[in-house]
Amino acid sequence: MQVLYGRHHVRVFRFGFRLVRDEQVAEDLISEVFLDVWRQAGKFEGRSAVSTWLLAITRFKALSALRRRKDAELDDEAANAIEDTSDDPEVAVQKKDKSGALRKCLTALSPEHREIVDLVYYHEKSVEEVAEIVGIPENTVKTRLFYARKRLADLLKAAGVERGWP
Amino acid sequence: MMATSKKILEQEPSEIEMLLPWHAAGTLDARDARRVDEALARDPELAKQYAVIREEYAETIHLNESLGAPSARAMQKLFAAIDGEPARKPSVSFNFSARIAGFFARLSPRALAWSASLGALALLLQAGVIGAMLVKNQNASFQTASLSTNEPITRDLGRITPPRALVRFAPNARVADITALLDNYQASIIDGAKGGLFRLQFGDRAMSRDEFAGLIRRLQNEKIVSLAVDAQ
Repeated sequence: MQVLYGRHHVRVFRFGFRLVRDEQVAEDLISEVFLDVWRQAGKFEGRSAVSTWLLAITRFKALSALRRRKDAELDDEAANAIEDTSDDPEVAVQKKDKSGALRKCLTALSPEHREIVDLVYYHEKSVEEVAEIVGIPENTVKTRLFYARKRLADLLKAAGVERGWP
Repeated sequence: MMATSKKILEQEPSEIEMLLPWHAAGTLDARDARRVDEALARDPELAKQYAVIREEYAETIHLNESLGAPSARAMQKLFAAIDGEPARKPSVSFNFSARIAGFFARLSPRALAWSASLGALALLLQAGVIGAMLVKNQNASFQTASLSTNEPITRDLGRITPPRALVRFAPNARVADITALLDNYQASIIDGAKGGLFRLQFGDRAMSRDEFAGLIRRLQNEKIVSLAVDAQ
């Protein structure tokens, strides 16, 4: 368990943190996820990678944690809780910091779009693996990421960043 | 030539267009990767979109890496919870270990590189715990001292015992910091984390009382150490 924890806990934490936007809640999620793994080890059938299995459990736990919080509460906290030292997109653009603006807009995506962007780009998950983690068909995975990217482009455009696409 | 990419406001994206993010992440199979490469070579609009995707890919990694790592509190909480769980059946544990070992082989190079240092620390922890359990199960005359004043302290004077200390790490201590500290002090974790305390052993030789007192003082001054006491 210590080896498994050592290998995966940071990514589990970051995936959970991006979903719940609260560091303390994300840390609690880690304990819950790995405790579940400890309890359910016999049920792991080895059809998917361990990290895919862990991220699916993390997602389920994160959504449960979010459901426990009221929407209004979440909206208020979301804006403040996540540690984000970058400027607003407009300010970043004024400073010619396109990268900063892009990161800021990535945090402004909806939870559905955030998770799919993170799973593909950061967690290096294939179409099939994302479908398994999120519980949607593979074609939906592809179209959802496409529209997440389009939404990202819209946010950047609103902030004054033109990238030549779409 | 009809462009592969489409005006997305008017039409649905093409199959190739939708695969671009996975191509950037290097997670397409060989066949799809070749299809995307061929499309990129003949369609400048698609190539332009791919350049945008490469930026998104880089910044998503940057953003996630900037989130840092969890504190030691999460690990302490987990292992305290596991300590409270009923004993596991060996066969289940074995099967699970075998499966886990099999799937570690499938990790991507980036994931492996990233986790190498954490894995080393975790192995150290595991070895320490197993070693401590073996010592505990032997009926030898040797007994490690603890903070408890009710327990007898006996030692086999014929053995040279490297110095040991009980250490509690600060809640915001990160695994990388702990690993660096262990390296600096040539220390290994031989037991933990009971009540948040780790038992550390320093080097492989005995130390004089003054030398060890100095080591404890240095430990107490470390930012990531909230408590360090003699556990000889």
